[in-house]
Amino acid sequence: MDSVNFFLREALRTLRRNAMPSFAAMVAVMVTMLVLGVFIPIVQAANGAANSVRGRVLVDVYMTTGATTTDVQRVRMKLDGLADSPKIQFVSKDAAFKQESKRDPEAYALLGANPLPDTFRVTPKNADDLNSLKAQLLKIKGTEPAMESVRDRRDDTTKILQATKFVKITVGVLAALLIAASIMLVANTIRLSLFSRRREVEVMKLVGATDPFIRWPFVFEGLIVGTVGALGAVMVLGLAKVAILDPLASDFALIAAPQTLAFPLLVLILLSAGAGLSALGSVVSLRRYLRI
Amino acid sequence: MDERASKARGLNRLRRAEHVDAAPADAEKAAAAPRPPAGQPVVEFRGVHLAYEGGHVALDGATFAVERGEFVFLVGQTGSGKSTLMRLLTKELEATAGTVRVAGRDLAVIDHKKVPFYRRNIGVVFQDFKLLPNRTVYDNVAYALMVTGHSRKEIRRRVPDILRLTGLATKLHAYPDQLSGGEQQRVSIARAFVNHPPLLLADEPTGNLDPETSIGIMQLLYRINRTGSTVLVATHDHAMVDRMRRRVIELEKGRIIRDEATGLYARDENTREFAARLRGDLSGRPDLDGGE
Repeated sequence: MDSVNFFLREALRTLRRNAMPSFAAMVAVMVTMLVLGVFIPIVQAANGAANSVRGRVLVDVYMTTGATTTDVQRVRMKLDGLADSPKIQFVSKDAAFKQESKRDPEAYALLGANPLPDTFRVTPKNADDLNSLKAQLLKIKGTEPAMESVRDRRDDTTKILQATKFVKITVGVLAALLIAASIMLVANTIRLSLFSRRREVEVMKLVGATDPFIRWPFVFEGLIVGTVGALGAVMVLGLAKVAILDPLASDFALIAAPQTLAFPLLVLILLSAGAGLSALGSVVSLRRYLRI
Repeated sequence: MDERASKARGLNRLRRAEHVDAAPADAEKAAAAPRPPAGQPVVEFRGVHLAYEGGHVALDGATFAVERGEFVFLVGQTGSGKSTLMRLLTKELEATAGTVRVAGRDLAVIDHKKVPFYRRNIGVVFQDFKLLPNRTVYDNVAYALMVTGHSRKEIRRRVPDILRLTGLATKLHAYPDQLSGGEQQRVSIARAFVNHPPLLLADEPTGNLDPETSIGIMQLLYRINRTGSTVLVATHDHAMVDRMRRRVIELEKGRIIRDEATGLYARDENTREFAARLRGDLSGRPDLDGGE
């Protein structure tokens, strides 16, 4: 306990005495953590969007426009008999009209009558079973005159999946590059601040300090610099979240994506990454000066 | 309180501490302690050869032994191998061939991790003092005790004692840049001696100092020698060495070309007589630094 006290006091003393290099290291950590803090949710939101599109793999069964309620009930019973019991959702022509006219009221007002058919949305339990499901439905259609057509949305799905994949890769590569650059910035700042103190390390070695004894104050110093830097980043991120993101969340689905990390968890990750990164950076950079 | 009396008391305490320290505190200390059994030399070089990378030969077949309690000068031009010899003793360098023994222990077999414990038994004084500029006189000296794991109580007791002995009792809270060269060297000697090492190495301790200050430093080293520590001083100040009348080992291009105890070797004179003799001799010779 006495030595922990000593190491902590030594760390605080050097931080005070080397205010400029310490501040530079703190800013470097803060920038790195900001980059991380912005990119982790972005990558996650992109991932989440891709996954939700993947979840929308389904087959639409359109009824003929003249289909009666009896027809609908008969088809419904046939669909209930499908293998692997897929999820079946019925959208009546009125419900579809209401939904679509909300999107484009003028166009639907011009139409006057409702041109939309009754629809069954059949979603397989597993996206990979889409083909066998479609084959079964086509078989039913052969014996069922009230069924107009069976259509899957694979083309749309593939397009969306490709687009999200591209976004994911671009964002991932950018994030990796930025994080690598920031880590180098932190390592370099720590190395500079250690270089100015190599004489101190030399004296410590000559009076018989062991390597761990020399190293610990630097580890504590790294921990303090990293934690304070990460705290700065968290504060900036928190401010940005409250002032910019939250008001926009209702308008943009990506921002409101439920798949993103909870903010407190993000804060925890950033704090531990900041402290760990900078403590590790100190130890690694110190190694060459310990070789006396 | 008379300053002389206070210094004498400090010295007595040091002698007592020396006696107590003779029983090594822990096993690691015992493993590397340069306190030899009776009759064994403190320092022993046997056919020591050291070539730097690139082929420059710094030491070539150096063989000599230093007995316990001796005061030995290493002299020679710049580049003759004096500093290399010192750095072999602090284990900053390894001999390419031959053996270096300290207190009967071959330095080549001391494990890298044990080197700090070995160094705690050697005091080192440098021409450029190597003080920590950000710490006060008290902290600079206390640091050597802190790294070796002494309690705060012990540090509070020992540091003022040693600072009194070295004539720095009024400079406790001064920073190195507020001190004269001679005072800085005294701090450096206090730091080297605060652990009461059985072996004290001084590399050009008066190299940056004026003649009168140099006498004070030599007097201090002699006083330390009188407490029982073996003292090895590297210098290129021939004039000073001649007047000190101590054993002289002269190096030239890495070879020992002279090793003699001068005929006037005066073991029993006290420090005041010693300084008076130096001053007396020096006052008769205005060309104090003319030896170079």
